[in-house]
Amino acid sequence: MIPFQYTKANNVADAVRLIAATSGAKFIAGGTNLLDLMKDNVERPTTLIDISRLPLGSVEETASGGLRIGALVPNSDLAWHPLIEKRYPLVASAILAGASQQLRNMASTGGNLVQRTRCAYFYDTATACNKRQPGSGCSAVNGINRGHAILGASTSCIATHPSDMCVALAALDATVHVTGSNGARAIPFADFHRLPGDTPHIDTNLGPDEIITAVEVPAKGFATNYSYLKIRDRMSYAFALVSVAAALELKDGTIQEARLALGGVAHKPWRDPAAEAALRGQAAEEASFARAADLLLRDARPQTHNGFKVDLARRAIIRTLTQAAHGTPQSQSNKTIQ
Amino acid sequence: MQDRAVQSDAEPQPLPEKVSVTLTVKGTERRFSVLPWVSLLDALRDHLDLTGTKKGCDHGQCGACTVLVDGRRINSCLTLAVMRDGAHVTTIEGLAANGALDPLQQAFIDHDAFQCGYCTPGQICSGVGLIAEGRAKTPDEIREFMSGNICRCGAYPNIVAAIQQAMGTRP
Ligand SMILES: Cc1cc2nc3c(=O)[nH]c(=O)nc-3n(C[C@H](O)[C@H](O)[C@H](O)COP(=O)(O)OP(=O)(O)OC[C@H]3O[C@@H](n4cnc5c(N)ncnc54)[C@H](O)[C@@H]3O)c2cc1C
Ligand code: SF4
Ligand code: FES
Ligand code: FES
Repeated sequence: MIPFQYTKANNVADAVRLIAATSGAKFIAGGTNLLDLMKDNVERPTTLIDISRLPLGSVEETASGGLRIGALVPNSDLAWHPLIEKRYPLVASAILAGASQQLRNMASTGGNLVQRTRCAYFYDTATACNKRQPGSGCSAVNGINRGHAILGASTSCIATHPSDMCVALAALDATVHVTGSNGARAIPFADFHRLPGDTPHIDTNLGPDEIITAVEVPAKGFATNYSYLKIRDRMSYAFALVSVAAALELKDGTIQEARLALGGVAHKPWRDPAAEAALRGQAAEEASFARAADLLLRDARPQTHNGFKVDLARRAIIRTLTQAAHGTPQSQSNKTIQ
Repeated sequence: MQDRAVQSDAEPQPLPEKVSVTLTVKGTERRFSVLPWVSLLDALRDHLDLTGTKKGCDHGQCGACTVLVDGRRINSCLTLAVMRDGAHVTTIEGLAANGALDPLQQAFIDHDAFQCGYCTPGQICSGVGLIAEGRAKTPDEIREFMSGNICRCGAYPNIVAAIQQAMGTRP
């Protein structure tokens, strides 16, 4: 870790003022991603602005029937919040599929969105990485890329976004509320994370002087027919190879509305309106789910070592939609896949 | 946000001042001064001489450093001491009360829930946190909610049994 200055923000306006005025500064919330990366000299902030005590820790109902989740609500508290458990169990399930209880107790809602990739080359300062050092090249393209992207990658970067919670938030059409020097704005979840293109060092569309204040989920929570299925190398405490968030609205066995998002396969949670449209009006059965899977994966381009992810994702999509349709969501404790 | 990290290599900064931190440990307020990059783990071990809490990976991947901060279990390697000013910290040294072991400490002995013992302080603090949360009940749930604590010696079955005993759910 390189030396840095430490300062506490007193309120949101103060945090924005400090980050705008301090070259090379970063916010720290839970610290679980930033300190990890600082210990490996991947992140080298000049100053840490501690936002962990700002009053952004509540979950509130909105006038339009949704929920506004403060950026500092810990992942563990969110997963066990009564309104989340009851109305947005897809979010609860995705959070509980990630990290460990100790980490979830520290990790904040805002930090979870801005966490960086787990690409091993990104972590290794002895290797070339366009995300860490723009223009240096991508070691993963011709390196070990078993865990990397199969969708939306570029020749500059094939990294994936590691979050589980974000896959559920993407499926539910959440909104990210941010405040910067130019005031507050709301970013639709689909526009928050970026594809790598030729600027993979920029993960998100958050401005350099902006702070996330809240994440809002709309009224529709799909609490009856949902499932989050995460496939990984060990049963717990590991990042996803492939994960699927599925949510359905059913009437007499026919799909009225469908939501489908993939994790572990792209630089952002992966959704495709065509796949969801193809489910609408169809019978909630395997043939419909398989067609949607094929649509969602139609542009998949595996790397040298991760061809398996295409098949794995296809089967996981069908399985997760089946769990959602049956009202039998994947348990995150008993890992038997029904 | 991200270009900032890259820019920051450019200008060398003056070394920061030490920051005064107060923690309540074992019921006593302890005040000390640390540089901002000292983790809570290093502060406990190197500044407060509480070496019961172990450093395994220093990256949040093993759970050896688990302590309870204001009653919640966290990885002390991934938080800064300066961020925890004013907190109550319970380490393995602070679990026994009035000379009696915590029920989970006793249960670890009863069930031989360790071999080398390196992961044990973190396992026990994590288990105390789990019991206080009151969510995990079945062996599957205990295993899942203890997955943040790796045991290189593979004492897992006995750890689950010890937690069940301390929760009073052991058949
Ligand atoms: C061993 C390990 C295993 C893990 N496993 C999983 C997993 O399986 N699934 C999963 O989803 N996650 C996993 N995680 C990641 C974890 O969820 C994230 O590290 C965590 O959510 C980040 O939140 P934080 O508050 O600690 O962020 P910090 O580390 O404090 O910050 C991360 C980034 O976000 C920025 N930031 C934080 N808050 C704000 C804000 N309000 N506004 C603007 N910027 C902000 C910071 O500047 C920094 O750049 C794992 C982490 C570890 C260490
Ligand atoms: S995939 Fe992206 S993060 Fe990984 S080495 Fe290539 S540029 Fe870096
Ligand atoms: S030392 Fe903190 S988790 Fe390993
Ligand atoms: S007892 Fe040796 S690591 Fe757990």
